[in-house]
Amino acid sequence: MPLLNQQIQDEKDYSLVASLDNVRNLSTILKAIHFREHATCFATKNGIKVTVENAKCVQANAFIQAGIFQEFQVQEEPVTFRINLTVLLDCLSIFGSSPMPGTLTALRMCYQGYGYPLMLFLEEGGVVTVCKLNTQEPEETLDFDFCSTNVINKIILQSEGLREAFSELDMTSEVLQITMSPDKPYFRLSTFGNAGSSHLDYPKDSDLMESFNCNQTQVNRYKISLLKPSTKALVLSCKVSIRTDNRGFLSLQYMIRNEDGQICFVEYYCCPDEEIPESES
Amino acid sequence: MKCLVTGGNVKVLGRAVHSLSRIGDELYLEPLDDGLSLRTVNSSRSAYACFLFAPLFFQLYQAASPGQDPLRCKILMKSFLSVFRSLAMLEKTVEKCCISLGGRSSLLVIQLHCKYGVRKTHNLSFQDCESLQAVFDPASCPHVLRAPAKLLGEAVLPFPPALAEVTLGIGRGRRVILRSYQEEEADSTVKAMMTEISIGEEDFQQLQAQEGVAITFCLKEFRGLLSFAESANLPLSIHFDAPGRPAIFAIKDSLLDGHFVLATLLEPSPHSPELRQPAPPLQAPSTPHPDDFANDDIDSYMIAMETTVASEGSRTLPSISLSPGLQPPCNCGPNSEEENEAEPSAVPGTPPPKKVGAEVEAGVGRPGRSSLRNSLPPVPVPFAVLRLRPGRGTLPPGPQPRAS
Repeated sequence: MPLLNQQIQDEKDYSLVASLDNVRNLSTILKAIHFREHATCFATKNGIKVTVENAKCVQANAFIQAGIFQEFQVQEEPVTFRINLTVLLDCLSIFGSSPMPGTLTALRMCYQGYGYPLMLFLEEGGVVTVCKLNTQEPEETLDFDFCSTNVINKIILQSEGLREAFSELDMTSEVLQITMSPDKPYFRLSTFGNAGSSHLDYPKDSDLMESFNCNQTQVNRYKISLLKPSTKALVLSCKVSIRTDNRGFLSLQYMIRNEDGQICFVEYYCCPDEEIPESES
Repeated sequence: MKCLVTGGNVKVLGRAVHSLSRIGDELYLEPLDDGLSLRTVNSSRSAYACFLFAPLFFQLYQAASPGQDPLRCKILMKSFLSVFRSLAMLEKTVEKCCISLGGRSSLLVIQLHCKYGVRKTHNLSFQDCESLQAVFDPASCPHVLRAPAKLLGEAVLPFPPALAEVTLGIGRGRRVILRSYQEEEADSTVKAMMTEISIGEEDFQQLQAQEGVAITFCLKEFRGLLSFAESANLPLSIHFDAPGRPAIFAIKDSLLDGHFVLATLLEPSPHSPELRQPAPPLQAPSTPHPDDFANDDIDSYMIAMETTVASEGSRTLPSISLSPGLQPPCNCGPNSEEENEAEPSAVPGTPPPKKVGAEVEAGVGRPGRSSLRNSLPPVPVPFAVLRLRPGRGTLPPGPQPRAS
């Protein structure tokens, strides 16, 4: 891409330079966490992590590892900035979000450093679009302190099995109750809506269940409005890992295969809604 | 009540619920000895629908627990529909569906057993209710059309989705004509297009109606039944009488039958002169059940829809009676004075009048003004509305207020 290179006089001036032959490998992953306007980006030599938060209760992280990019350089570590995710996604799909087969949009992304805009050079069929996105002061992100040593229960499911469940969630219910247990009902999703309650049970020996490691019965409730946006990641993913720790915090990890067959991860953390009295659980 | 539906029948049940959901907001579920009945009526009482699934439709059918009276219930259509929302999913993943009522919990429990051992349990809250029963008799209708649902489905396909009513009639050469019905007051953008489909007599399995007869009814409800009948590949019979009298749409096979009863407009559209026929002579009052409405000659235009009462006499009155707030202006019908006398009035502080359909009486004689749509405001309606009333003996004791 000689044209693109001309516009960047000296790459040493940039704290982040990344280029990608297929912009959809980036935009798809970002869409999976696009439930708020703004996102915070962290770039290290391993890749880019983009974080979106809501209500101090839920956090979504998308990891785009360096290997996904054809070129990836980070000068100082870590490069951190906040950006309007809606605008970023609009720019990334400026040539259309569902391109004609056989045509790919290439991307070169440059960031000069604190106070500078994020520059996007998008090229398709010889046409180049240059976008400058103002960056914002990075905000401190939540630390959920979700540590794998504290994980009590862990289930890996094929996403197919959860997709329909999430798309049909009874949104008149305020919470989604997740039961994970070494005994029946093993894994249960419950809602309590206007029309009544619904329970969705997955047996542990189901073909959808890739792995089932539950040590202790846990019943936790999560605000359904906070979890619903994770459906975006769910529909893109092939597998999902569901973990809860000793405090009832929930981690949902989605494995997403991009168009080139590479694997990326999107992760959602969510706080439990409330303590459930013993009698109810 | 307990029943088990398996395989493709789950989808059939789902489709029936979808077509019922086009009509009413509440679903009446009643286990009978001859099968499970699902019924609904729309808010303006101009459409009623019922499906009866024979015991053979189910792998297991138990109308009531041994030694108990069968329960019946009324639930929100929306909640029942949500269980069967995705027909594709029903077909692809659901292996069996178990519906039970009146177990330990006072809930309607619907369990879907899906692929991979996944089990969905919906516990829906319900209300006790009386049996919802429209009184109608297809045999009393002089005109009958019967055709494969596919033929009729394709015939209504070209009509715009926003079109509310359609006129069905027999034209010259005994061709069956379907035409978009337009209100006189419709604005010009709606009037800009008129669609008419004409089908030859030979495509009908039965055509028992003379040239010139025509009725106008709601398309939305008709489409609902058609899509069910098409998927089940069943012929659809349309039984009808003079304009203004309800039309009965029926499907039947060995495992199920379905009846939709739709109100028809009192007058054929003035735009269809060749379909018009002289106004039907007013017949002597012929209410299906002689009762306190017998002196009300408007009754001959109505279906009396009776809500029978369960054995307990202490049951509350049917919740399907209209609220007393729907008293229409009463200066427009030729019979209005008479009507007023017959109607208990809504005096504040007294029991609400239990007779419903008052807006119909008031509206007779003003044809072609309003539409049949569900969202009917409580204003005069120019056609017969299904009449719902409590069964005899259910009126509360105490003075019945009468208009002075």
